[in-house]
Amino acid sequence: MIDVRSKLRPGNALFVLMIVVYVAIVLGILLTVVLNSVSKGWYSGLLPKTITTEWYQYVSQDHDIPQLLYVTFVVAIADVLVGLLIAFPASYTLARTEFRGKGILLSLFLLPMIVPPMAYGLPLAMLCYKFRLAGKIIGTIIVNLVPIVPFMILVLMPFIEQVGTNLESAAKMLGAKRSTIFRKILIPLTAPGILTAGILSLVKSISMFDLTYLVAGGKSQTIVVALYSDAYAAGARPPQSVDALAVIYFLISMTCLLVSLRFVSPTQMVFKVK
Amino acid sequence: MNGRSESGTMALLIPAIVFVLLLFLFPFGYGLFMSLTKADGSFSLANYIRFFQDARDVRTIGVTLGIAVPVTLLAVGLAVPLSYHMRRGVPGERLITFFLIVPVTLGTVLVSEGMLTFMGPNGWLNQLIMALCLSKTPVRFTHNYTGVAISVGLQGFPYAFLMLLGYVSGINPDLEKASQMLGANKWQTFWKVLFPLMVPGIAISFCLNFVMAFSVFPSAVLLGQPSGPQRVIAYAAYQWAFEKFNFNAAAAISMVMAAIELAVIALILAWRSKMYKGASIVGKG
Repeated sequence: MIDVRSKLRPGNALFVLMIVVYVAIVLGILLTVVLNSVSKGWYSGLLPKTITTEWYQYVSQDHDIPQLLYVTFVVAIADVLVGLLIAFPASYTLARTEFRGKGILLSLFLLPMIVPPMAYGLPLAMLCYKFRLAGKIIGTIIVNLVPIVPFMILVLMPFIEQVGTNLESAAKMLGAKRSTIFRKILIPLTAPGILTAGILSLVKSISMFDLTYLVAGGKSQTIVVALYSDAYAAGARPPQSVDALAVIYFLISMTCLLVSLRFVSPTQMVFKVK
Repeated sequence: MNGRSESGTMALLIPAIVFVLLLFLFPFGYGLFMSLTKADGSFSLANYIRFFQDARDVRTIGVTLGIAVPVTLLAVGLAVPLSYHMRRGVPGERLITFFLIVPVTLGTVLVSEGMLTFMGPNGWLNQLIMALCLSKTPVRFTHNYTGVAISVGLQGFPYAFLMLLGYVSGINPDLEKASQMLGANKWQTFWKVLFPLMVPGIAISFCLNFVMAFSVFPSAVLLGQPSGPQRVIAYAAYQWAFEKFNFNAAAAISMVMAAIELAVIALILAWRSKMYKGASIVGKG
C-alpha cells in the first residue's frame, strides 16, 4: 500500500537519479581503468584507437606477479584462519556467559575498529621493524590481524547466540568433553557464521592497504601495495602499465566479492550496528 | 554451570585477550611512550612542541578536518534519506547494493587510481561535460581538493548507507503504522518517530566514516597535492617515520591523530545521548 504511493513521489525520482549517478561514476572509473590498460595513444576521444596487450607484458616484467599473488593470498588466508582461531572461542564465551566486566572486555575487543589504523599501526610497524618482522610475510599477517579479529567477533557473536544451548547441555550430561562439544555440535551448527566471518574477512584483507603499506616491502608486498607504489611513482612508468596492474588487482578482488555474495549479503560487508 | 567448566569457558577468552594486549594496547602504549621521549630515551615533550610549532605540520590538522568533516557530513546526510527510502526494499535492491559495495571492496587505492583517468582533463567525465556544454574548458577534478573529496566520499557513502540500511530495516514497522494511524503525516512520522530511532545508527556510522576519512591518505597523495594543500595528517606521520626516520616525531603525530579522533567520537556520542533516550523501543521488525 505504502509502496504503490511512494512510486509516484518526487522523492523516488531523486532517489533513482542519485543511484544512477553513483553507478555511472563507479562504472566509469572501472571501465576507463580496463580500457586504458589495453590501449595505446588514447589521449582523446571516446574509445582508444589501438588495442594492445603491451602493458600487461610490461607489468609482468616490472613486477613478479606470481609472487605478488602468492603473498596476497597467503596473507589473506592466514589472517582468516588465525583470526577464526582467536575470535571463535572468544565469541563463544561472550555470547554464552555473563560475567563481571563483560561490557568493558567487549569494548576493548572492538576498540581497534574505531581507533584509526595509523594511530596504532605506526607504533606497531615500528615494533615490527625492531623485532625484524617487517619486510617478511609474517609481519604483514600480524598487522592485518588487528582489524580482522574485532570484525570477526562482531560477525560471529549473533550466530552463536542463535544456536540453542539444549544440544550442548545434553552432550555435556552424556559426558562429552568440551573439545568434542565444539567439534561435533558447535562448529557444525555455527558453520554459516564461520563461513560468513571468513569470507567477509578474506575480501577485506585483500584490499587492506594502510597497515600492509607500513610494514610490507620487497618480497612481502601485497598486490594493493604494489599498485599504490606504482601509482605514486607515476612518472617512472607508463600510466597504462599502472592500469594493467590495477586490472589484475581488480579481477582478483571482484572474483572474491562475487563468490562471497553467493553466501553473504552486501549489507554484511559493513558491520552491523547495535 | 559448575566452577570448573565456568573457568574453562573463561579460558577461551585468553587468545583474544593476549591478542588485544600484544597487538593493540602494547603498540599503542609504545607509541605513547615513543612520543614522550627523545631519541636518547629521556622524557620530553619536545615531539609535541615541535609538531605544534611546525607550521607545515600543524596545518595538516585543518587540512584533514577540512576533508573529513564535510565529506562525512555529506555521506551520512545522503545516506539517511536514501536508506529510509529503501527500508522496505525497492526493485533492483540487490543490484544497487552490489554497486555500492564495489568501491568499498576495491579500496581507496584502485578508486583513486581509476579517477585519475576517468576524471582527468581528457577523461570521459570531462568529455561528457564539454559535450553537454556545461563548461568550455575541462573541469579539474584531479590534483586538487575536489578529487580527494570525491574519492573519500565514494568510499564513505556506501559504508554509511549500507550500515544505516541494516539499521533502519530493523526498526519495527508497527511504530510507523501506529504513527500514521494517529494522524501524523509522512514528514512528522519521519522526524518524530523514525529519525530519533535512527540516531544511534547515524551516530555510529558518522564515527566510523569520520575515522576512515580522517586517517586515509592514498586518496590525498594520488589525487591531491600531497606536498602542499592536501598534505593530510596521516601522510605527515608516515613521512616523519619512513622518510625522515624520526619515529618519535611520527609517534607524536599519530597520538595527536588519535586524540582528535577520540574527541570527535566523544562529541558525537554526547549528541547521541542527548537525542536518544529509549533504547527499548527498537523492536526487530
